[in-house]
Amino acid sequence: MRRYAGALVAAVALLAATAVLDPFRDYQLATAAAYLSATAGLTVLTGLSGQLSLGHGALMAIAAYTVALTQNAFGAHGVGTQWTLLASLAAGTAAASVAGAVVGVAAARLRGPYLAGLTLVVAVAVPSVGTLAGGLLHGDQGLSVYLPPAPGWLGADAPYERWQAIVALAAALLVMLLLGNLAASGFGRSMRAVRDDEVAAALAGIPVARVRVLAFVVSAACAGLGGGVFAILAQSVSPGAFSLTLSLNLLLAIVVGGLGSLAGAVWGSLLLVLLPWLTDSLARTVSLPPGAATRLAGNLPLAVFGLLLVIVMSAAPGGVQGLLNRAGRWVRGRRPGRHARRVETSTPDAEPDAPLASRT
Amino acid sequence: MDRFLFLTVDGLSRGAVYAAFALALVLIWRGTRIVNFAQGVLAVATAYLAYSVAGATGSYWAGFAAALAAGLVLGALVERLVMRRVAQAPPLNAVIVALGLVLLAQGVLGMLYGTQYLPFPAPFSRTAMTVAGVPLLSRYDLFVFGTVLLLMVGLALLFTRTATGLRMRAAAFAPDVSRLLGVSVGRTLTLGWALAALVGALAGMLVIPTGLGLHPTAMDLVFVSAFTAAVVGGLDSPAGAVVGGLAVGLVLSYVGGYLGSASTPLAVLALLVVVLLARPTGLFSGTGARRV
Repeated sequence: MRRYAGALVAAVALLAATAVLDPFRDYQLATAAAYLSATAGLTVLTGLSGQLSLGHGALMAIAAYTVALTQNAFGAHGVGTQWTLLASLAAGTAAASVAGAVVGVAAARLRGPYLAGLTLVVAVAVPSVGTLAGGLLHGDQGLSVYLPPAPGWLGADAPYERWQAIVALAAALLVMLLLGNLAASGFGRSMRAVRDDEVAAALAGIPVARVRVLAFVVSAACAGLGGGVFAILAQSVSPGAFSLTLSLNLLLAIVVGGLGSLAGAVWGSLLLVLLPWLTDSLARTVSLPPGAATRLAGNLPLAVFGLLLVIVMSAAPGGVQGLLNRAGRWVRGRRPGRHARRVETSTPDAEPDAPLASRT
Repeated sequence: MDRFLFLTVDGLSRGAVYAAFALALVLIWRGTRIVNFAQGVLAVATAYLAYSVAGATGSYWAGFAAALAAGLVLGALVERLVMRRVAQAPPLNAVIVALGLVLLAQGVLGMLYGTQYLPFPAPFSRTAMTVAGVPLLSRYDLFVFGTVLLLMVGLALLFTRTATGLRMRAAAFAPDVSRLLGVSVGRTLTLGWALAALVGALAGMLVIPTGLGLHPTAMDLVFVSAFTAAVVGGLDSPAGAVVGGLAVGLVLSYVGGYLGSASTPLAVLALLVVVLLARPTGLFSGTGARRV
């Protein structure tokens, strides 16, 4: 119940925020929300079920192209209500889920680097479909997306970005709510059990393969919703927007935020939007020759993302949320009363095992 | 028939490079149980250095030597500074760190050189010479075959005939026992990474002239092809990597030649899926029990 109340409060606060913010901020908020749909799905897959996917950018591409095709079909038949968005997003999510099921079935038997390698190939291969099916998908140029104008109840002078932000935030909230419930459910426990010890999970009667495939499908659906929202935000889709770099950025977001933590996915998604914007503004304040400035603006975020990924993974694998949790525990631990109990539980119980360990 | 012959030779030439690159992956996998996902981008970095050196000195071979030397240094640095820190962590961490290096290197290269394709010419002619009326082999193909053959003989000699090679095999096979016997396992690991990065740099120098040019992502497709080759060979077997590399090269050459080059990435995907579903341990690996 607390989760639903929290979601309701967040929805109202964010709706109010979209009305206050200027169009540029609204668009940034919408982009972060679109990232959040995908990163939340990825963090559940990687953090809870222990499967690393580098193919989520490709799954987003599949959904984005589906949204573009269905929206344009609606546009061609003169259907211009807002409900078309809902239908297209549902179609995109479904398409990504099907693709995710296919990858998931292939992935269910694979471990660690094999799985990462397979999904890496997915990320490299899928954008080439855009070039291959040039007649339908217009190759590297991509498709533009037909979108109906913003609904009247927003007010006649409301910028379109506000409507985009509302759509993106609604999708992200839905994803967060569903995934929050899922992580707390029996299925969430099954995923964690499979992640920690497959054999033990199987012995406990958990259908390991089914859990892994289902986790992939759920995660793919979330990535698909995020990808569909991206198509609505950019109003166009092209293979270049869904390169391997996108998949790596998603990975960065969940690692920096804290693997397996939905709150961490929020931090990561904000970082994905704010850091490029910061470096862009930074590059603009420093006077550089125009060529160097564009080179810097386009690539500095990439370098910083990579550095962050390396540093966080080797120094603080828990990410931002892990550090926050530790800080929270530290603060609570200082309160009298709790302190005594914690000392009690931390008495070394490894002692009796020591001779055994030294014998082996 | 002429076209088939041409594609076969082209595929073998490509496959030789994939084999070398897959060999580098196998080297690191055997030593550390890590798949070095950063290997492609490390090779690209050394190729950029070669581009700069060749531009400054006017000599292709100066650039070539610089790339190989840079490969050695980069490999050692990556192992010492980064990979050693995650060696004891869950395997996922090493993969993620390597992918972080991919982003970092792509960003840095993009900042230094820009993201347009830079021309990267081959040292020898790439037009095929005619043998008995059939255009078959180019001088560059011969150069590729010769270099890769030399590399493989060199590696085989190193691992089977020298004390260093023996130490490296011992450290990979039984690190604790080798440590007891006085092998500096840490140092052999660094050497292994340096060697693998050298091989990767060499493969990069050989394959980039046959593509669109120099670009931070120029090795992405080569990396996934070589990974597929290594998986076909079993990830554990140097001989498997060579056979896998040649097989993947042939398949991609036929697919690209008959169906158009845009379909090669999908062919890699299909090939990898088939191999992983049919024989996940590869064609050449011994049967290994999964540790519980």
